[in-house]
Amino acid sequence: MNDFSSVAVSPVGVVRRDPRKEWMARNRLHPRHHEVISEGVGGEMGANGLMRRNPRQIGFIGPNGIKRIDRLKGNAVQTPNKRQSVVPEVVLPWHVVATADFYIFVVPDMVGGRLSGHDKDILGLAHRLQKEIAGQGAVVAVCFGEVKETQFELAGVDRLVHFAGAEFEGFAAEAKAAALAAMDERWAPKHWLFPDSIHGGTDLGSRLAAELGERPATQAWQVDLEKTVARGAGGSLDISRATPRILFLLEECAYPIDETRHQVLSLEMPEVQRPAPRLLDQGLVAVDPNEIPLAEAEFILSAGNGIHNWAQFHQTAKALGATEGASRVAVDDGFMPRSRQVGASGTWVTARVYIAVGISGAIQHLQGIAQCDKIIAINTDAGCDMVKRANLAVIDDSDAILSALMMLANEKLVEPGAVQGNTNKEDSDAA
Amino acid sequence: MPLNIVSLVSVGRHPQSGRSRRAEQDGRAVEMGLKLAGQQLSVVHVGNPDEPVLRQYAGMGLSSLTVLKQADRFDAVPVLQRYLEQKNIDIVLTGVRSESGESSGMVPYLLAHALGWPVVARVADIVCVEKGEAQVLLALPRGQRRAVRVALPFIASLDLAAPPARQSAFGVGLRAKIETIESIGEVDQIRVDWQEAEAKPRAKRLKTVKAKTAAERFKAATAKPQGDAGKVLINETTQQKAQAIFDLLLEEKVIR
Ligand SMILES: Cc1cc2nc3c(=O)[nH]c(=O)nc-3n(C[C@H](O)[C@H](O)[C@H](O)COP(=O)(O)OP(=O)(O)OC[C@H]3O[C@@H](n4cnc5c(N)ncnc54)[C@H](O)[C@@H]3O)c2cc1C
Repeated sequence: MNDFSSVAVSPVGVVRRDPRKEWMARNRLHPRHHEVISEGVGGEMGANGLMRRNPRQIGFIGPNGIKRIDRLKGNAVQTPNKRQSVVPEVVLPWHVVATADFYIFVVPDMVGGRLSGHDKDILGLAHRLQKEIAGQGAVVAVCFGEVKETQFELAGVDRLVHFAGAEFEGFAAEAKAAALAAMDERWAPKHWLFPDSIHGGTDLGSRLAAELGERPATQAWQVDLEKTVARGAGGSLDISRATPRILFLLEECAYPIDETRHQVLSLEMPEVQRPAPRLLDQGLVAVDPNEIPLAEAEFILSAGNGIHNWAQFHQTAKALGATEGASRVAVDDGFMPRSRQVGASGTWVTARVYIAVGISGAIQHLQGIAQCDKIIAINTDAGCDMVKRANLAVIDDSDAILSALMMLANEKLVEPGAVQGNTNKEDSDAA
Repeated sequence: MPLNIVSLVSVGRHPQSGRSRRAEQDGRAVEMGLKLAGQQLSVVHVGNPDEPVLRQYAGMGLSSLTVLKQADRFDAVPVLQRYLEQKNIDIVLTGVRSESGESSGMVPYLLAHALGWPVVARVADIVCVEKGEAQVLLALPRGQRRAVRVALPFIASLDLAAPPARQSAFGVGLRAKIETIESIGEVDQIRVDWQEAEAKPRAKRLKTVKAKTAAERFKAATAKPQGDAGKVLINETTQQKAQAIFDLLLEEKVIR
C-alpha cells in the first residue's frame, strides 16, 4: 500500500508508520521534503553485487490519494507566481501653444526646489481657466532661486520664467515682488495665481497685490471665470464674489494636469530694477531640532530595533541636527519616549528627509511616513520592506554607518568651506 | 528713547463656538507691544467702540485703548493710514490674518504700501531694537526660524509662534479708558457686492481612475502603487555608504 520508507515493518511484524515523514513527503515546501522523497531511491546493493532499485518506492501519495513523482529532484525552475507584466511606457500627447494670445501666471512655492502637490493643483486650475477664456493662452510658471524640478513638462508648464541669482536665494520677498511687478508690466497676464500657503506664496502674493493696488481673493477654493468662492472669517464663511485678477488658492482647488505634456519654453524677462533691500536676511537660526514637534520636523533620524548603541544614536542625531524619531519597538523597550513614536499609533510625520535606522518597515510604521519625500534606510537585511520603500538604502550594520556619518558631520562642522551646499551655514554664522 | 509702538487689534471668533473673543494673533501683537514698549504701547481698533471684546484686550494691562469709530461696511485701511501718518510711529504690530471678516491678511501689506514702509510677515519674535534697527525672527514652516534686520519704521504681522498673550484681567479691562475718534470712511464696495454663506465642508478628493478597459480598472484597483525603486548599496565600503547618505542630506539641504 504505502510504498515509501515511512512504513517500516518491525521485528515483531507490526507495521509502523511515521506520520511525520509522510507529512514532510506531502509538503513540497518543507525544507526536508527532498531528503524524505529521495530516501531509498538510490537502491541498495543486492546479494550478487548488483544495484537493486524498487521502482515502486519512488514518489509519494498526495493528499488526494494520487501518486506524485517529482522527477526534477528539486531542480525545478522557480516559476514566478505572478505573471510578469511589462508596463508599457505611456507617452502623453503634447499640448502646444505656438503663439499665446494671453498668459496666466502661476508663482509656485517650489518647496525644496520642486513643485509641491499644492503647486501642481494650481497649475491644473490655471489650465482650466485658460480653457474658459477665448483664444489660446499659455500657463507660465515663475520660479526663483535654485530649481531642482525635472517634471515641469508633465505638470502643465507652457512657459517657464526662472529668476536665478544670489539676490533671490534665502529670504528675498522684496526682490521677488519687484520681479513679479516688472513681469506684470511687461506681460499683463490675465491672472496671477498664488498658493495660499505658509511657504511664502501668501506673503509674495500679498506684496504684489499691494504693489499693483488690486484686491486679491484669498483662501479661494472654487474658481471659474466669473465666480470665486473663498473662505473667510477664519475659515467659517464661504464668500462668493466676482473672480479678481489675483487669486490665492487653497490646496486641492483643482486637479493637477495628468494627460498632456507641455513645452516649458522660456519667456522674455524684463530688466528688473531693484530698490535697495529693506529687509536684510541674516540667515536661518539654529533651532534645537528636538524642540520642533515631530509632525512638523523636516529631517528625522528614526531608530528601531536594529539600534544597539543608543548613546551613539543620540550623538549622531545631534551632530546631523536631526529630530529624533523611533519605531514602536524602540519605544516599547523603553529606549525612547512615547512622544517620539512614528507610525499608525504614534505621529504621522511629514519630514522631507527621513532616515530609518534598523527599522524593518512594518505597515504600521510605513503608514506614518507615507508623506515623507526622501527616505533613507540603514538596515542589515536587504529584503525588508523599509529597503523597498527607501529612495536610498544602505545594507550595513547601524553602528558602523552611524559612526561614519557622525565623523562626516563633525568634519563638516570643523571645515564648513570644504563641502558644497554651505551657503546657509555662513549666513547663520554671521547672525 | 521709548519706542512708539502701535498694536492693531480686531474682534476674533472662537473656531468652535463662533463667539467673539480676543483674536489669537492680535493678542500676541499686544503682548509683543507690551514687551517692547511697556505702558507706552498704544492699541488701536477700527470699528465699534462699544464692542465688549475690546475689554479683553484692555485687560492685558492697558490703561487706554483707541477706537477709530466706523461702521462695518467701511474699509479699515484708509482710516488707519490717516491715523498712523499723524503719529510718529516706529513699529506697527498686527496679526497675520483676522478671525472675522474677509480674513485676507492684506491689511499690513496695504498699510505698508500706503505708508512706504517695509513689512515683515509671520514674525515669531522681535529680539531687540537698537540704533533705529530691529532684529526680527521670522517663523518659517517646520519650526524653523530666520533672522532678519529691518530699519524702523516698519509693520510686522505676528505668527502663532510668537509668545502667547497673557491672561486678561476682567477688572483692569473694565477700568481702561476707551478713546473714540470719529472717522469718515470709504464704503468697501466689493464687500457690499459679495455673498456670504456658512462654510461648506470641502469634499475629499477622490482617487479618480481614468481606465478605458476593464483590465485597466482592475489593475488600478488592485495594484500596489509602484514607486520607482530606490538605490540600494550593498557591496560598497562603510565609508562610501555613509558618504552617499551624507551627499543626499547635503543635496536636500537638511544639513547646514
Ligand atoms: C495595532 C498596532 C499598532 C502599531 N503601531 C505602530 C506604530 O505606530 N509605529 C511603529 O513603528 N510600529 C507600530 N506597530 C508595531 C509594528 O508592527 C512593528 O512591530 C514595529 O514597527 C517593528 O519595529 P522595528 O522595525 O523597529 O523592529 P523589527 O521589526 O525588529 O526590525 C528591526 C530591523 O533592524 C534590522 N537590524 C537589526 N540589527 C541591525 C543592525 N545591527 N544594523 C542595522 N539594522 C539592523 C533588522 O534587519 C530589522 O529590519 C504597531 C503594531 C500594532 C499591532
